[in-house]
Amino acid sequence: MGLNHDNAERLLIVENLEKVYAGRGVLGTKKEVIALQGVSFSIRPESTLALVGESGSGKSTLAFCLACMERPTSGRIIFQGNEITALDEKQQRAVRPQIQLVFQDPARSLNPRFSALELVSEPLLVQGRLHKRKREDRARALLAQVGLPQEKALQRAEEFSGGQRQRLAIARALALEPKLLILDEALSALDCSVQAQIANLLLELQSSLGLTYLFITHDFAMAGHLADEIAVMERGKVVELGAADRVLREPEHEITRRLIAATPRLGSAAHLPQVV
Amino acid sequence: MRYFLHRLLQAAFLLIGVSILTFLFSALAPGNYFDEMRLNPQISPETVAALRAQYQLDRPLPVRYVRWLNSLLHGEMGYSFAYNSPVAPLLWVRARNTLLLTVIATLIAWALALPLGIWSATTLGRLPDRALSGVTAALLVIPDLVLALGLLIIAVRTGWFPTGGMVSVGFENLSPVQKFRDIALHMELPVIALVLSALPILVRHVRAAFADVLSTPFLRAAASHGIQQRTLLYRYALRAAANPLISLFGLSMGALLSGSLVIEVVMSWPGLGPLLLEAILARDLYVVIAGVLCSTIFLVAGNLLADVLLYLADPRIRTEVVAR
Amino acid sequence: MSMAQTMANPPKTISPFLQVQDLHVAYISRAGQKSPALAGLSFEVRPGETLGVLGESGSGKSTLAAALLRLLPGNGEIEKGVVLFEGQDLLRAEPRTLQRIRGARIAVIFQEPSLALHPMIRIGEQIKDVFAAHESSSRGVLRQKTLQLLAEVFPTDAARIAESYPHQLSGGQQQRVLIAQAIACGPSLVVADEPTASLDPSTQMEILSLFRKLREKFHLSVILITHNPAVLAGFADRVLVMYAGKAAEVGPAEKVLGSPQHPYTRALLQSMPSQLEGYANQRKSKLPVIPGDAPNLEVLATGCRFEARCADRMELCTRREPAVVNVGESHAVSCFKYGE
Repeated sequence: MGLNHDNAERLLIVENLEKVYAGRGVLGTKKEVIALQGVSFSIRPESTLALVGESGSGKSTLAFCLACMERPTSGRIIFQGNEITALDEKQQRAVRPQIQLVFQDPARSLNPRFSALELVSEPLLVQGRLHKRKREDRARALLAQVGLPQEKALQRAEEFSGGQRQRLAIARALALEPKLLILDEALSALDCSVQAQIANLLLELQSSLGLTYLFITHDFAMAGHLADEIAVMERGKVVELGAADRVLREPEHEITRRLIAATPRLGSAAHLPQVV
Repeated sequence: MRYFLHRLLQAAFLLIGVSILTFLFSALAPGNYFDEMRLNPQISPETVAALRAQYQLDRPLPVRYVRWLNSLLHGEMGYSFAYNSPVAPLLWVRARNTLLLTVIATLIAWALALPLGIWSATTLGRLPDRALSGVTAALLVIPDLVLALGLLIIAVRTGWFPTGGMVSVGFENLSPVQKFRDIALHMELPVIALVLSALPILVRHVRAAFADVLSTPFLRAAASHGIQQRTLLYRYALRAAANPLISLFGLSMGALLSGSLVIEVVMSWPGLGPLLLEAILARDLYVVIAGVLCSTIFLVAGNLLADVLLYLADPRIRTEVVAR
Repeated sequence: MSMAQTMANPPKTISPFLQVQDLHVAYISRAGQKSPALAGLSFEVRPGETLGVLGESGSGKSTLAAALLRLLPGNGEIEKGVVLFEGQDLLRAEPRTLQRIRGARIAVIFQEPSLALHPMIRIGEQIKDVFAAHESSSRGVLRQKTLQLLAEVFPTDAARIAESYPHQLSGGQQQRVLIAQAIACGPSLVVADEPTASLDPSTQMEILSLFRKLREKFHLSVILITHNPAVLAGFADRVLVMYAGKAAEVGPAEKVLGSPQHPYTRALLQSMPSQLEGYANQRKSKLPVIPGDAPNLEVLATGCRFEARCADRMELCTRREPAVVNVGESHAVSCFKYGE
């Protein structure tokens, strides 16, 4: 699709990924849902690939497959040179800390009754690393890194605002020192000014920690701002893939053009509505 | 539809399993009906042994089980030693009496619990709700036994109610209308007792279900369209609150035969309760098994009924959810 | 008389159409603790105009939507203020009057379409109920009207949608149903709270187009509440910017969105990524953000509410709250920069 894969250089390579869900329709008929079809792309280390698509395009399924939470029906995922799709369950568990997910709705992905400190230490606890004192120190350091004040460390998640909770989710994802962070619509539920704050945080963390991002969204404006490369998905297929500037200025596929046109924008004298 | 056939089959297996278990436990429990006789020095051990053989109590368990199943298929459900008759006719009469009480009590309890629970939910936190909560808490705490005895004492002291039994002396000589009135009169006290013991739980559940629904966004949205309070409450809120209440209703069906035991015994109502109690104490094996089986049937039927009602009431169970 | 005919002859009203004066709303916890949500909000809506209310979390925008028709939750309390509509104060109207106004003169579309419909009642029924609340026609007539109305928002699928349950519809379809319910009895004002928030961009565009079409056809006045300024561009005539329970700025949409005067509005608009606009910030550069978080209204210091996060703050800003100052043709700002 226009990008050559220097295998040694790419952090993540996805080749021909397919995911089919066997379901049952009404009255017991067999109904297959093809969530992903022939998906191929790659991400350079310390860069950001934005995956843009609407609901039903397969973005979240892709995120789950990459995070080793779902097994693809066929295809390969090569992470840091290792083919993780060929690994068994136990081996995959060793890889998981390297790839972390941040979800859209922090209200639902974080246990509201846990304190910030507990939430961020949990991954460390589960992985059995470090003993208690070290864990707490690391957790506090992470909170500081995402811009949450130390006084709030013992506050429960339900007492945080949306933006603060998302910072918490990011801190938690960073606990195991991942190389790749998959942000599944992580900014979509936030207010505009808060989105800007978190976007800045992400950029900062990328340069200070050398993180690589897969930024899944349906917002082309934010994708264009944060990403080096953009991939556009529709109904389980990647329909366009290229450098961010190129995709925005000269979109090749009709879906891309449609999505760009549908993104609301401020300079709207020229923004005429499409006929429904 | 397939789902329900599946459930019916499950229910059948369940009943068979219960019957085996009950059989096993009762038979394995120490002692049998003729133990008392053995203690009596006037009856010779040979007579006891002969009686045991006559009633087939000396045969091995599986054989007795099969014979019992056979008797079941003939509509007899085994043989009662104490009453010297097949179990079935005994059971039906007693079960009928029990159902008379419990069905009426259940209907009255629900008829009272709904408006009370709704009233509580609509005045949440304020005086009517708090007062009602206090009353239900008090009723919950009082054991059935104490309740029944208390009511009996009132009956005795005031003479407002007959103090036990189902019919008065000389019942046979009354006209049909008088008979009806006589039974109704005797039913008052046990029904009151049953209603009072069931009411607090029902009211609390209704209150909880409604309080939940009253704060939902769709109710507020309906109000924003100008839909009147009455429609909101009885069409919108009730339908949404129905789910947990339907499950509860199914469960209360299950208790129809078994929940009234204490009250029946205390008030001498000739229902299944006293029969079962006597039978257990006297080791009247087949009566016990039949009684347990009957209660189980009601329990299973009640659950099945709840599932059917739930299926009919909630479209989300019936139809698929569209993928976003 | 068909609905289109009713709507083509809107009742004549005195202007302004809706006037909110000094509205104060607070939420009271069980323990008696007060959480203010609106602290003296005033604005007006002119007949036939679309007012965009721009507010982020904590600004009180959703409280506003509920308070207009007195639909606050149990712990919400309207402490002060007047809402004048067609000559009467909605906050002091009798329950019967209020019930007649709800849905028939003013309609509110709340957030989260998936939660705003009764999960166990068919769509057609739920729409019929709206009609039935305001007129006593026969079932046949109501059914007719329901299908007619659904055809407005679902040009092809109306009959099938009428038989469906809410969980069988997509988010966009549910939103259309809510819109249909709102316009059913021919209101003159529709208040929509974040109608596009949980939707995909193309669905968002369809919904906004639908709004435009209906607004045109039925001469609706609209209050569109959102946190995304871009949604209001090209849709609203005037924009009211809310911050911490009060109005920060209000004026013609091109002015407020194009050359904002209030420091908050300015900072908010600047913080949005602009790759798709004519002027683009450098990609992957840091966006100019508003530092800090939305203020906690329970513990407010004296002075301007935005002062702690304001780039232009002065000493005066801590001493008292700024009054409203006119800075242009029906463009007003609440900021000391423009006068005292």
